[in-house]
Amino acid sequence: MDQFIQHIANALILGGTYALLGIGLTLILGIMKVVNFTHGELYAIGGFMAYFFVSRLGWNFFVSLSVAVMLGICVGALIERVVLRRLRGADIDSNMVVMIGCSIAMQNLILLIWGGVAKSVPTPFPTEPLTLGPISISWLRVFVLCAALALIVAVYLVIHKSPLGKAMRATFQDRDTASLMGINVNFIYTATFALGSGLAASAGALLGPVFVVTPTMGNVAAAKAFAIVILGGLGSIQGATIGGFILAFAEELGSGYISSGYRDAMGFVIIILVLMFKPTGLFPVRGERIG
Amino acid sequence: MKNLPTIAWLAFLLTIPLWLTDQYYLHIVITTGLFIIGAMSLNLLLGYTGQLSLGHVAFFGIGAYASALTSLGFDIPVFWNDVDRIKLAPLHPAYGFLVGAVVAGLCGFIVGRLSFKIRGAYFVIVTISFAEVTRLVALNWIDLTQGPLALSNIPPLGYNLPGLGENVFWSKTPNYYLVLGLAIIAYVLIRRVVRSRMGRAMIALRENESLATSVGIDVTRYLVFAAVASAALAGAAGSLYAHYIRIIDPDIFLFVYTVTMVIMVVTGGKGTLAGPIVGGVIFGALPVGLREFAPPEAQWIVYGIAMVLIVFFLPRGIVPAVSDWWHRKTGSPPRHLRGDDDNNKAAAAGAPLPSATRKPV
Repeated sequence: MDQFIQHIANALILGGTYALLGIGLTLILGIMKVVNFTHGELYAIGGFMAYFFVSRLGWNFFVSLSVAVMLGICVGALIERVVLRRLRGADIDSNMVVMIGCSIAMQNLILLIWGGVAKSVPTPFPTEPLTLGPISISWLRVFVLCAALALIVAVYLVIHKSPLGKAMRATFQDRDTASLMGINVNFIYTATFALGSGLAASAGALLGPVFVVTPTMGNVAAAKAFAIVILGGLGSIQGATIGGFILAFAEELGSGYISSGYRDAMGFVIIILVLMFKPTGLFPVRGERIG
Repeated sequence: MKNLPTIAWLAFLLTIPLWLTDQYYLHIVITTGLFIIGAMSLNLLLGYTGQLSLGHVAFFGIGAYASALTSLGFDIPVFWNDVDRIKLAPLHPAYGFLVGAVVAGLCGFIVGRLSFKIRGAYFVIVTISFAEVTRLVALNWIDLTQGPLALSNIPPLGYNLPGLGENVFWSKTPNYYLVLGLAIIAYVLIRRVVRSRMGRAMIALRENESLATSVGIDVTRYLVFAAVASAALAGAAGSLYAHYIRIIDPDIFLFVYTVTMVIMVVTGGKGTLAGPIVGGVIFGALPVGLREFAPPEAQWIVYGIAMVLIVFFLPRGIVPAVSDWWHRKTGSPPRHLRGDDDNNKAAAAGAPLPSATRKPV
């Protein structure tokens, strides 16, 4: 039983970052209709930037993480501006081939710069874990969960309450009408992609210190993000949040009680099951609405 | 004299081992040949039916594992107890080759039945998931596949026939001819399929699925056929790979190999017979050329950027672009305007169009 509670605690902490990954992708895949294969690389960039600033430059941990997320946003904006803008209206196949190309180039650029050896990010938290009855959690993980939850709430507020979110929702409901209402549609596309990228980078920057950072860490993360988005329903922020936690629970309990070798297979199994039985996901978004 | 180019090409390909004496380059030619077969089979799906399958390497790997396990034999427990076991004594690698192609084809059938209900991004994600699940199974089903320890000492292909004596293909030259043979079979087979009624139906599906359905083309049937044929060819190539390299591990399922095949098809020109071959030769030769002065990561960066640039500047691929240029230069109309192109025939594939709209040919 103690072990079960420990698994639940671990899953909760992992679920927060998975939800960030999922929300980032659901904005891009569900709303912009771009199959973003670079999502994993943006996650890896977040992790490596955190490593670079903390470990190489010796910056403050929290400052480093924030700057890493900012850089993720900039890289996302750059991809949208340079590559995706030229492909607006192109068919989905060319779009995907281009995104795969970007993803390969980015992943190998990271590999070229930092090498293939896994790196750990030093943290300022005490090594003594927080003990709550039968379970113990490291302070770092507590911080990761709180930061993730704060970011999820922030994104929800941006999309639903801010003028920017309103413009985003309008743009993806009807681009031409939104443009007629004076919304700068190009800016909204860039902003949405950058926001999604920033969320991926923040997940990487938060999980990097928990595990280690490797150039290929994005492959598994991207696959998980796709599973979460499909599970939650394309374009649904609520669905992606809950989907992230469901995936984390499935992985944590699956690896604890079935076989740890198949931990990363859980996401794929979820994808195949959802598409077979409920292709619209758990929280289908009607029409072109976001929310 | 119409067959002259074909004969010249065949003569060139058949004599490669005679003048290419450097074993390293022959090895590159063999592995590139296997990738070209993979790319040709992918083209059947991606180029002709328009389904972007990103799990194609799974069929290559399944063919390799099935073939290797048939010729090595295996002994695995059923239901996690040690009483019931499935045993297979080692068989001749030629059976392995057949088993490899058939098992891969069966997997193609299952994936096809399951996934052709969905389209676009979902289809792509399902095919990626399928390849990743097969990789994880190969990595974790240690009783069968030895997991990360790899299957080694796979016997090479060979023959033992009355009158011809026994011969085992240890060296590169006979393996080259095996690959060439399979490549020619694959090419002829794919050409026959795409120039038949069935191929025209596939192209009709790619161009306009609802229109194709409305004229009576059975979408699922043709898509599943394409998936099975393409998977079986990839499985056959995987089997040759296993018996040539003689060691396989779960890395054979890596996403980058699928990507390599996709790059070959897209660069060469999807939906053309020569496309995967042209793309395959380019991306088979590129690593050799870059090897001297660039690490593998830099090569992959070049690959990635090449993919982006090709979609931007040559969206249909090299072969259609060159053929258009050639026809502009010589003044003869290109195939797709001449009326005997695969694409134009497609319109009349399922059922005849109403006579008022049919163009005179």
